[in-house]
Amino acid sequence: MLIAQIKKMEKIITVKNLVKKFGYFKANDNLTFDVYKGEIFGFLGANGAGKTTTIRILCGLSSPTSGDLKVAGFDIYKETEKIKHNIGYMSQKFSLYEDLTVSENIQLYAGIYGISRKRRKEKEAELLKKLELEDAKNKLIGGLPLGWKQKLAFSVAIFHDPKIVFLDEPTGGVDPITRRKFWDLIYEAANRGITVFVTTHYMDEAEYCNRVSIMDAGKIEALDTPAKLKEIYNAKNMDEVFLKIARK
Amino acid sequence: MIKINNISKSYHKTEALKNISLKVNRGELFGLIGPDGAGKTTLMRILTTLLLPNSGEAIMDKLDIVKDFKKIRHIVGYMPGRFSLYQDLTVEENLQFFATVFGTTVKENYELIRDIYYQIEPFKTRRAGKLSGGMKQKLALSCALIHKPKILILDEPTTGVDAVSRKEFWEMLKKLQKKDITILVSTPYMDEAILCDRVALMQNGEILDVDSPSKITKKFPRKIIQVRSENMFQLINDLRQYTKAESVFAFGQYAHFTGINDDVEPSELDLYLQKLGHKKVFVEKITPGIEDVFMELMKTS
Repeated sequence: MLIAQIKKMEKIITVKNLVKKFGYFKANDNLTFDVYKGEIFGFLGANGAGKTTTIRILCGLSSPTSGDLKVAGFDIYKETEKIKHNIGYMSQKFSLYEDLTVSENIQLYAGIYGISRKRRKEKEAELLKKLELEDAKNKLIGGLPLGWKQKLAFSVAIFHDPKIVFLDEPTGGVDPITRRKFWDLIYEAANRGITVFVTTHYMDEAEYCNRVSIMDAGKIEALDTPAKLKEIYNAKNMDEVFLKIARK
Repeated sequence: MIKINNISKSYHKTEALKNISLKVNRGELFGLIGPDGAGKTTLMRILTTLLLPNSGEAIMDKLDIVKDFKKIRHIVGYMPGRFSLYQDLTVEENLQFFATVFGTTVKENYELIRDIYYQIEPFKTRRAGKLSGGMKQKLALSCALIHKPKILILDEPTTGVDAVSRKEFWEMLKKLQKKDITILVSTPYMDEAILCDRVALMQNGEILDVDSPSKITKKFPRKIIQVRSENMFQLINDLRQYTKAESVFAFGQYAHFTGINDDVEPSELDLYLQKLGHKKVFVEKITPGIEDVFMELMKTS
């Protein structure tokens, strides 16, 4: 997607002067940025830079100290429940219940997101067919190969057709083929108009994003397309850009 | 320094290690490279005498992992994947505790850990549980080194760690290597393989290949063409549709293309993509990286 095209599109997340303090510590120090509909937005930063704090706020799990924020058109202070209905979330650490079956996991999440019982059945059948998991429907998640789990976890996170999906290090520790297949799914979701907000420590994955923001010590130090960032920082790849920003 | 002969280990029906053999030379920085579930942790736990193999044997500095397990524990430093220091002891207390357990003092071996420990020394009265990720990592490494081990075993020390801290950690390992410590380190990050003297590529309890990173990539028999255009998603889809395509995967800002045979020339891909309306097309033949090799070995194993 071209940056010019993105600019014309509607804003799905707007963040103005976000500050989050824990005691005297500013975890988020005056962040301002927008995310556009259908965009793959890479949210990078060193450990402790404040990424998780921002994600928790955007998901309605934590309140900012100050700032104006809208997620999927809803106010972050007053409409957190509406926000939760319009977003999906997945991380490598926690996504599916290992001791429930494939089918039970789907039903559980569908129930949580308030999808009607009838619609749930239909959607489950659709999903199992699409993922070619029909035969594994009654198997426990714990015993499935990692690649299948990942596909399922992502599909469940976007099962309720959210406007935005937050992916917090979705590919940590995953083999190189599965990691790439996972990005195929991300592209597919973005093509369907779902906005993807993703964090990763793999710098090659930063190249796959439409735009990338890089945080350091609670501030956004850079935000642009990977191509533009490489130009600005005179770097061969995103790894070099990241090092130049986070090591300065 | 480390000799592993035909080690197998199963958990119920799951075979975590399938007949693994491997040698690590004295003073080597040796990497176990592979994704989750490859068997890296199981192998390390066997070598550190925390787990018994079902069959096979292993020798660590002439000591047998079963018969001489107590002696091995004195010559091995181990940093497990999960942070396993005492969260409610301070930085200083943790270090003292591990020194005492091994019958030594912090003072006696301070020289070895100085470069690492001085960075967290300002926080020595802080409880370990309250440290940041990077600081925890440095403390864990200091504790693993405090008894001056001959062999250092590190289980995924850089997983979930940002790119900058990862680089710094590898710089620390290089320094330790110079102090005559044999280092066995595991990682799921393929790009870290090139920082090792030799690596074993692991997948599903098996070793796919063992060699120096440069030899591993030289052995790779296939031709890889890297391609770039303005729209990566479309580019990958279009390349996969190409009649002579075998595999196409994203590699950072490029897509790596392998043909059904090695006759495919960069120029024909260029032409094909131009015709489809791709802009800023760039195509060239490249030498493969470790990740290319790993993916190819995964397909054939």
